[in-house]
Amino acid sequence: MTRPSFAGRVEQARRSGELIVQPRMGFSDPALMRAGLLATKAARANTVGTITLDSYTRVRDFSSAARAVAAGRPLNGYPIIAHGVPTTRAMLDGVLDAGFPVQVRHGSAEAEEVVAALVACGLDATEGGPVSYCLPYGRVPLRTAVDSWRRSCRELADRCANPHLESFGGCMMGQLCPPGLLVALTVLEALFFRQNGVRDVSMSLAQQSNTRQDLLALAALRRLATERLGPPPGWHLVVYTYMGLFPRTAAGSRAVVRDAVHLASRAGATRLIVKSAVEASRIPSAAENVQALEHAGSVVPPPAAPADGDNEVYREARSLLEATLDLHDDIGEALVAAFAAGILDVPYCVHDDNAGRARSGVAPDGTIFWSDLGSLPLRGTADVRPRHTPTSAELLDALSLVRTRYDTAATGPEEAGLSTTP
Amino acid sequence: MLTPLHNGWFRQPEARHVLLTTVASDAHTWNLVYLELLLVELGREVTNLGPCVPVSTVVESCRRRPPALLVVSTVNGHGAADGLELVRSLYRDPATRAVPAVIGGKLGIGGAAGECRRDLLAAGYRAVYEDTDPETPYEFLARALDTAAGPAGHVRDSA
Ligand code: B12
Repeated sequence: MTRPSFAGRVEQARRSGELIVQPRMGFSDPALMRAGLLATKAARANTVGTITLDSYTRVRDFSSAARAVAAGRPLNGYPIIAHGVPTTRAMLDGVLDAGFPVQVRHGSAEAEEVVAALVACGLDATEGGPVSYCLPYGRVPLRTAVDSWRRSCRELADRCANPHLESFGGCMMGQLCPPGLLVALTVLEALFFRQNGVRDVSMSLAQQSNTRQDLLALAALRRLATERLGPPPGWHLVVYTYMGLFPRTAAGSRAVVRDAVHLASRAGATRLIVKSAVEASRIPSAAENVQALEHAGSVVPPPAAPADGDNEVYREARSLLEATLDLHDDIGEALVAAFAAGILDVPYCVHDDNAGRARSGVAPDGTIFWSDLGSLPLRGTADVRPRHTPTSAELLDALSLVRTRYDTAATGPEEAGLSTTP
Repeated sequence: MLTPLHNGWFRQPEARHVLLTTVASDAHTWNLVYLELLLVELGREVTNLGPCVPVSTVVESCRRRPPALLVVSTVNGHGAADGLELVRSLYRDPATRAVPAVIGGKLGIGGAAGECRRDLLAAGYRAVYEDTDPETPYEFLARALDTAAGPAGHVRDSA
């Protein structure tokens, strides 16, 4: 049997300029998980499968996951370790094939057990990163996450013929993160994966609140990635449908997804992670996920028009990346040192290893800007607009900008002030 | 100040001090950042324990410095189960048995609240807030702070 490889399927899509759509899907019951994957496979769209893991497994509380499974209590994802390898292999039997690979998405700062489990279940693709699966995902020290992700990369590289690893660095905290920092982080994590033996990688960017800025960011990401990793094959770009407070209306949700398809297509991304219309309130069912995937697949995408990427987001990202790489030849060490010095600093991230001196804000048109650079090496590079510390109401307004716009003007992006034409 | 209790000693809560936490499996923090600002605006001094807080850390924090109110915020869908475990551990310990606690957020998977609200109240939470409740978080917390100051009369005196 030729092992289905995620990397192989996605590379084929990249070459033909096809956009793959992928859900965020995870159910604790293996029968539901299997049905969800089969429904994804059968959906009228170019799909690959996702197994999203539950929060107990993410924080390595495997016994709570096992107790919930034993009690039949549903979890917010698939507990791959509690179920054990035979159950998961059976769950995947007849689901996985060369045209339908499956990726495990999890959010574990310490990932060895999860990586070992997914490999043992016959899978070869996952998501993560020493920074992006650490700072927004709990209280594990950054140093611990770096060491763990080094070992996790080695495990993938040693045990799979052609493993794939996606950096979640393009989505720090889901919202309000200036794109220069997102681009720098996802490229740094991709370089970390390569340095630790995983060759096929993807770099990400979350759709945020201004399409023009998102397009600049994706062009910048492509340029920086090409400079640092060489041209593809070996990497592709993935876009996440908006990762912050989601619209509450079905029409608003569909409009966000439509704009995410436009964004991904115009920027020449290869994969898009799609959100469902119930994102604002609860975990979607398989059917709700399929609806969202088919909606995404039915959007007629504008032609790819990648820009050259020599823009302000690129300049910020390059400054951050170079200042980090200057600190150490080992990228893991460089990342730890950069966060300790505040050379990398994620706004609104309360993790102990994040300096927390840099601040950001959002303009009425949705553009995200720095309001305080802290120790970021961006003086003279970034446009800084100082602001007072927000009140709770101001913070909630900023977080709700996309939700409010799409919900009030659910009829189209033009009315919502979020035109897809920059 | 230490006050004798029939089976141990417990520290007097400080009227302005609010302890803000989430449950052990929950990594979401925007809710915590938001609620911290809100509680400060309500005139409180807030200790924010951050994401993925082990039960033992919450209990230990309450022992060391009993808050006037413990606010548990959780949105990942495990709050209904983890919130129960948390409050049971808190009230099993005589030193923290008197700490008033409330919980809120997106508590269960699938958005359903009814049953879990009852269980959480039965386990000892003074009040439970679901994301979909008509009340605003501000109204809920203002009321929770008021009633927390009520029964344990000394809280007000020490202000
Ligand atoms: C951003 C986000 C993330 C970020 C979080 C980054 C961070 N460190 O904060 C990332 C990407 C890391 C993430 C991860 C996950 N997430 Co998430 N996330 C979101 C998202 C999109 C927005 C949350 C947000 O920013 N809120 C901003 C704050 C201000 O609002 P809020 O959290 O809704 O809180 C409000 C009220 O609930 C209330 N409130 C909250 N707590 C309390 C407490 C009290 C006492 C009171 C009075 C009020 C109150 O006050 C706030 C203002 O109104 C939501 C979906 C959405 N809402 O659109 C999903 C969501 C919360 N996530 C969800 C899940 C399941 C996860 C994951 C398990 C992955 C997955 N399976 O999809 C992991 C969990 C990791 C873990 N270990 O817990 C689910 C939860 C489902 C449920 N409860 O049934 C949601 C609803 C998405 C979904 N539909 O599936 N997530």
